[in-house]
Amino acid sequence: MKSESKVRASLPEGLTADTLRDMYYRMVLTRLCDDRAFALNRQGKIPFAATCQGHEAAQVGAAFALKRGTDWVVPYYRDTALALAYGVTPREQLMCLFARKDDVFSSGRQFPNHYSVPRCNIASISSIIAAHVTHGVGMALAFMMRKQPVVTLITFGEGSTSEGEWHEALNFAGIHKVPAVFLCENNEFAISVPQKLQMAIANVADRAAGYGIPGVICDGTDPVATYTVVHEAVERARNGEGPTLIEAKCYRAMSHTSDDNQATYRTPQEIEALKTRDPIPRFEGWLKDRGFIDDETIAQFKKKAQAEVDEATDWAEEQAPPTEEDLYTHLYASGPLS
Amino acid sequence: MPVKTVLEGVRDAMHDEMKRDPRVFIMGEDVGPRGNVFLITKGFLEEFGRDRVIDTPLAEASIVGIAVGAAMAGMRPIAEIQFADFIYPAYNQIVGEAAKIRYRSAGGNTCPLVVRTPYGGGVRGALSHSVSVEALFYHVPGLKICVPSTPADAQGMLVSAIRDEDPVLFLEHKRTYRLIKGEVPEGDYTVPIGKADIARPGKDLSVITYGLMRHFAVEAAEKVASEGVDAEVIDLRTVRPMDRAAVLESVRKTRRALIVHEDQKFGGVGAEISATIAEEALFDLDAPIRRVCGPDVPAMGYAKEYEEAFMPSPERIAGAMRELAEF
Amino acid sequence: MPQLGETVTEGTVGRWLKKVGEAVAKYEPLLEVETDKVASEIPSPFAGTLAKILVEEGTTVPVGAAVCEISESASAGTASAVSPVSAVSPVSAVSPVSNVEQPAAHRAQVAVRDGIRYSPAVRKLAREHRLDLGQLTGSGRGGRLTAKDVLQHVESGSARFSPAAQTAASAVASVSAEKPAAVTAHVKPAVVAPPAEGDTSIRVTQMRKTIAEHMVLSKTTIPHAWSMVEADLTDLVKWREREKEAFKAREGVNLTYLPIVVLAVCGALREFPMVNATWAGDKIILRKQINVGIAVDIEDGLVVPVIKDADHMSLSGVARKIVDLVNKARSRKLTMEEMSDGTITVDNTGALGSIASYPIINPPQAAIITTEAIVKRPWVVNDAIAIRSIMNLCLSLDHRVLDGSVASRFLQSVKRRLESFTGAA
Repeated sequence: MKSESKVRASLPEGLTADTLRDMYYRMVLTRLCDDRAFALNRQGKIPFAATCQGHEAAQVGAAFALKRGTDWVVPYYRDTALALAYGVTPREQLMCLFARKDDVFSSGRQFPNHYSVPRCNIASISSIIAAHVTHGVGMALAFMMRKQPVVTLITFGEGSTSEGEWHEALNFAGIHKVPAVFLCENNEFAISVPQKLQMAIANVADRAAGYGIPGVICDGTDPVATYTVVHEAVERARNGEGPTLIEAKCYRAMSHTSDDNQATYRTPQEIEALKTRDPIPRFEGWLKDRGFIDDETIAQFKKKAQAEVDEATDWAEEQAPPTEEDLYTHLYASGPLS
Repeated sequence: MPVKTVLEGVRDAMHDEMKRDPRVFIMGEDVGPRGNVFLITKGFLEEFGRDRVIDTPLAEASIVGIAVGAAMAGMRPIAEIQFADFIYPAYNQIVGEAAKIRYRSAGGNTCPLVVRTPYGGGVRGALSHSVSVEALFYHVPGLKICVPSTPADAQGMLVSAIRDEDPVLFLEHKRTYRLIKGEVPEGDYTVPIGKADIARPGKDLSVITYGLMRHFAVEAAEKVASEGVDAEVIDLRTVRPMDRAAVLESVRKTRRALIVHEDQKFGGVGAEISATIAEEALFDLDAPIRRVCGPDVPAMGYAKEYEEAFMPSPERIAGAMRELAEF
Repeated sequence: MPQLGETVTEGTVGRWLKKVGEAVAKYEPLLEVETDKVASEIPSPFAGTLAKILVEEGTTVPVGAAVCEISESASAGTASAVSPVSAVSPVSAVSPVSNVEQPAAHRAQVAVRDGIRYSPAVRKLAREHRLDLGQLTGSGRGGRLTAKDVLQHVESGSARFSPAAQTAASAVASVSAEKPAAVTAHVKPAVVAPPAEGDTSIRVTQMRKTIAEHMVLSKTTIPHAWSMVEADLTDLVKWREREKEAFKAREGVNLTYLPIVVLAVCGALREFPMVNATWAGDKIILRKQINVGIAVDIEDGLVVPVIKDADHMSLSGVARKIVDLVNKARSRKLTMEEMSDGTITVDNTGALGSIASYPIINPPQAAIITTEAIVKRPWVVNDAIAIRSIMNLCLSLDHRVLDGSVASRFLQSVKRRLESFTGAA
């Protein structure tokens, strides 16, 4: 099904034909990685997978709006597309899924998609919802104190915005105008709890006023729309004008993780209808309409991405798992203590 | 050598480190113009500016959480929790996050953070200004927990904590702030974290203690010395990592162990010390391990009688020393 | 001086708001006090007249110190009672406290129930020093034996035997402590009439007591059997006569028969390792080391110092060792080490003329051998009568470990070695 695509008169600042194609490639790569994760899970090869499907556009759009190599990201566990668009490789992603000893994120200690990639300016996160939001604010504060022109992107789902710490973080950020961008990827469900049981308001962005910062809503299934909004917020932050709360409306195509079954709380019709919102065919159409891409290139990209995912899978599966000797590493700076 | 109070030691440690290292800053409630509710940071705002002496909103979880982020980004934050009784909202950030960052990222991120807070009773602080919290945290690998009780230790260990690459929970016994005075060496002076101090050498029994109780134990030891009981007092100074070697060496020498802490008895630090001694020095023990601790009630009450019933006194400690010596 | 803050310990008198002689109402501001936290007006606790200022302006005093005296207006017109004003005493952390713990329960736990309670430290010390704890008295609560008691006992240097029944490491001290109790429980002591006129009471010394217990233990737990052989030592006697002066000059000690006997016993033990053994209940342990104990008479008793690894020593080595041990024994300087781990005992009963003895085995050994007096006797040699120097060798054996045949063959071996001794070490 070909969805409606919007015609844009001119491209937003910083977006070229090449970057648009790159964005598309990243989305395709992420989807294939995501599919591979669930395939491995169903094969019994990995015990756990968390999906990104439905979020690819918002995350890739946001990633491209940052200054790569300078700006920092404090993500959450659904940000596979964001990671793969901000320098993380498919091999690194698969190493994490297989919980290998040389897994860059955590040496096999964390659940999948709990990123930590210093090389890519991606900070370490845990499974504790919203605990990372204050960290992002603290990082932004540090860059501000050191007068470095670094912006910190902090992402989270709409469920996070119920945690007290989320509010404390935005409160502080607004008071001190820290150079941060808060990006809520609202996929309408926190596991099984729908938005209307999560908050009394229609938009997460409406909370921004309570913290004295601007709140902006965008279509999270449109990478260019998300890019535009995030880019503007990043510039504001870099110019010392303080943080912005962005709500990218998207959806969650699959269950929360491999341990969830959304058929228990969503109707089959509802789940089926989600397919019409898939950002990848939508972006494909948008790019084709404007002559940025043709079918041949699309096929090439898909083939290349699949090859990357296959290579990464085979390679990661061969790598060594951690052993008992690795139990006490990285406990303190000087090794394990009594 | 200058003589200072514990409070002055804490103040000077922070002041000198902030002068020496531009990465060090303080965030907490009332640390700015008010100078902290005990006047510890008096003058800091004028000297170091608003950027480095930050009055935070009344939100403990984010006081620590934001400090965690700043530490991850290479700063050396000192997060102050106004009273240890208020630390519980920050438990998530201290235990769930700060303690695990290095381990969970395999060294990709680190968290050189200090969380400072006053604890303990003896100031008529009642149920919510008197608790001891070390037992809630010392269970957690990845954290270090300091409990100095002399001005020299407070100053030297706080400098060590600020310079430490790992998160340190720095617990200051509020009764010692102005009560305890002592000499502190001049210049760049540190005391290592994780090393106990022999507050009083002896041969008849080993008292293992920390905090205000160190001073009470020494007082009790002097009292029973005239009765022929020679007690050795070991001030742990750090609750994690614990100086097990010092404890075991002392107990192997005296063969009798008395643990004293103000915190409630059940599941307190004394339980771990007891288990360690029993595991490693059972055949050197000439008497059961003894603990003198706070009672197992939720907290210390406001009435003087409640506070006195809660806090171990030198008399009570001396009584336990006598009983142990004659066992 | 009031306490104006939770951690404040002193205060400075700022300004007196009343002069001496001036009236002051209850709660009316009396003086200003400064602390490093705050400056406050202090309301008067009484109504009356300011009688005396005790602390001048600008002076710092501890919390609780009297700052002035007020004569209360209640008894107007007369010299009224003067009340020093010091306000609230400080929170004292040093106060008598009712003991929240349960010391009674603690003491009850200490109460001795079964008569003997040894702490881990005491048991460890007992093992290390080979002590029989039952004989020691304690200075701890309820008569408990403390580690200090044990150490003092060891340092006082009283002689003692190796403890009974030691085999495996664990539960040793408890076994040795319990065994005598168990043993004596089965043996009813004879009813003894108290000392009558003319009788003499001799105090039983520690050593005497130890010896007594050891002998009782041996005789009641080890089934003794006995054997004797006669050895013709005529050649040995002659050899010794020839050698003794040169030996003395060379070695500095006398050449007696005892070191020769020790070497012969060592040789025989190598041939019959079963004799160098000990009964351990479910097993018999054959000891590799040959440690020969030598019974030594000392004033008021008997000790058995041990020559360790006697089978690796030369004649002169054994001779010197014996002299050394005997001297130490007599001067009460033997160490624990020198009195422990014997695997067999040699007792020179012949020194005092005995020609046959029934020795008591030294537990946990399996045998004890005596050398009786060397006596010239008419003897049959090659079907003719000759005068020969004859020494009896007696052996008591633990019949659980040794049977008559092994014991006899062992004795024969000792006899043979003595009869054919040529001095070759």
